[in-house]
Amino acid sequence: MVLLEAVDQAPNPWFDPSYVIDNWSTILRYLGEHVRLTVLAVLLGTVIALPLAVLARRSRFLAGPVLALSTVVYTIPSLAMFAFIFPFTGLSSTTVLIGLVAYTLVILVRNFLAGLQGVPDDVREAARGMGYGPARLFVQVDLPLALPAFMAGLRIATVSTVALTTVGVLVGHGGLGQLIVGGFNANFYRAEIVTGTIGCVLLALLADLLLAGTERLLTPWARTVRA
Amino acid sequence: MNQFGDAIVYLNDPYNWTRPGGIIDLLIEHLAISAIAVLAAMAVALPVGVALGASGRGGGLIVGLSNVSRAVPTLALLTLFAVSPIGFGDPATTIALAVFAIPPILTNTFVGFRGVDADVREAARAMGMSGGQVIRRVDLPLAMPLVMTGVRTAAVQVVATAGLAALVGGGGLGQIINLGFGQQNYGEMIAGAVLVAGLALLTELSLVALAWAVTPGQKRFPWTSTRRSGVAVTPEPTAAGVPL
Repeated sequence: MVLLEAVDQAPNPWFDPSYVIDNWSTILRYLGEHVRLTVLAVLLGTVIALPLAVLARRSRFLAGPVLALSTVVYTIPSLAMFAFIFPFTGLSSTTVLIGLVAYTLVILVRNFLAGLQGVPDDVREAARGMGYGPARLFVQVDLPLALPAFMAGLRIATVSTVALTTVGVLVGHGGLGQLIVGGFNANFYRAEIVTGTIGCVLLALLADLLLAGTERLLTPWARTVRA
Repeated sequence: MNQFGDAIVYLNDPYNWTRPGGIIDLLIEHLAISAIAVLAAMAVALPVGVALGASGRGGGLIVGLSNVSRAVPTLALLTLFAVSPIGFGDPATTIALAVFAIPPILTNTFVGFRGVDADVREAARAMGMSGGQVIRRVDLPLAMPLVMTGVRTAAVQVVATAGLAALVGGGGLGQIINLGFGQQNYGEMIAGAVLVAGLALLTELSLVALAWAVTPGQKRFPWTSTRRSGVAVTPEPTAAGVPL
């Protein structure tokens, strides 16, 4: 009887440092997968979103459909998205990566487009008048002026990708999400769940800080204006 | 793809819809959880957003809350409530979803009410309106588009996220995805995904229509993009920019 009670009331603390120490290598492995998926998704999203945004700015006919499509993609729940991709790529991290890229793409195209549209026409005209070709115009005029909007998009995309990666548990590649659902399946082991959650939040905040720092470095003019 | 054909077969079988625990039961459960969560979040977020927005204070707090909420995975929140003393199941899911629906409603309400022109407010006061009248008859109509954006964002987010609850023992349409996956019945899984995605899209569309109906003044759908009026596309100022 006494023994039964003791089993019933087995401690299930919300956080347990010994769990973290004992499972450090597992946590690191999942953290590594989480970081890899996030970085790849944001990088691929950027590479695809930039030309799309440039095209959408150039033609009014493209901007509408691009924005409408992005609204639809936003609305598709991540779980459903991964389920749709699964038949093509199976139980691999590629399934998660494709879904994440789709979401980052949507955020980035909107923000990139907003940034490019914010570049004053006079400035571009002046640059063209000074003999700037299209490439030079883009790199030396458009990019610096649109940079704050670009970076804002990158920050939102990165933070939400960190959060979304957890849903990859559906196909077994959810990074730290594996700890969250793993803990739930291991008889509601709270320490594992909380460790995964804290890991995700810290990773998102760290990534956000890094990008904010990068923005400061890349836009020295904004710094001097503010100071 | 063969699995997509299986999904159509699954969706075409009336028994899958009407049997106990079938699609219709799960759909009702899904909608009930979502509706209660959104209403609860509105009950908390609207008064706070109105109070802070009308007084113009607390902006930093709200921006911070909105940013932090973006960093917390919904799946984590659902799991945390499921292993809390509430126990897994619909009550825990509903509470977790309500918590997640608060930031978008709060932020948008705050921004909407703060954005009301101070001159307009002063004119209303000078015409003899009381504080409550100013809020109801001046601030609210002007802030309505943003308030509805917040409610729409929150509702779509909740309907979409409710599907995740199935990963941690919750109910709703997500169960079809999770079950299909677990039984390697990928047709069923895709059918579930179609249902969840379709429900989210329908929610978005019906709330856009609702916002259109309750917003006074110039009627505008969000997708009739602002470009036509010559204004640049701005990303929504809130947690709206977050996928689900």
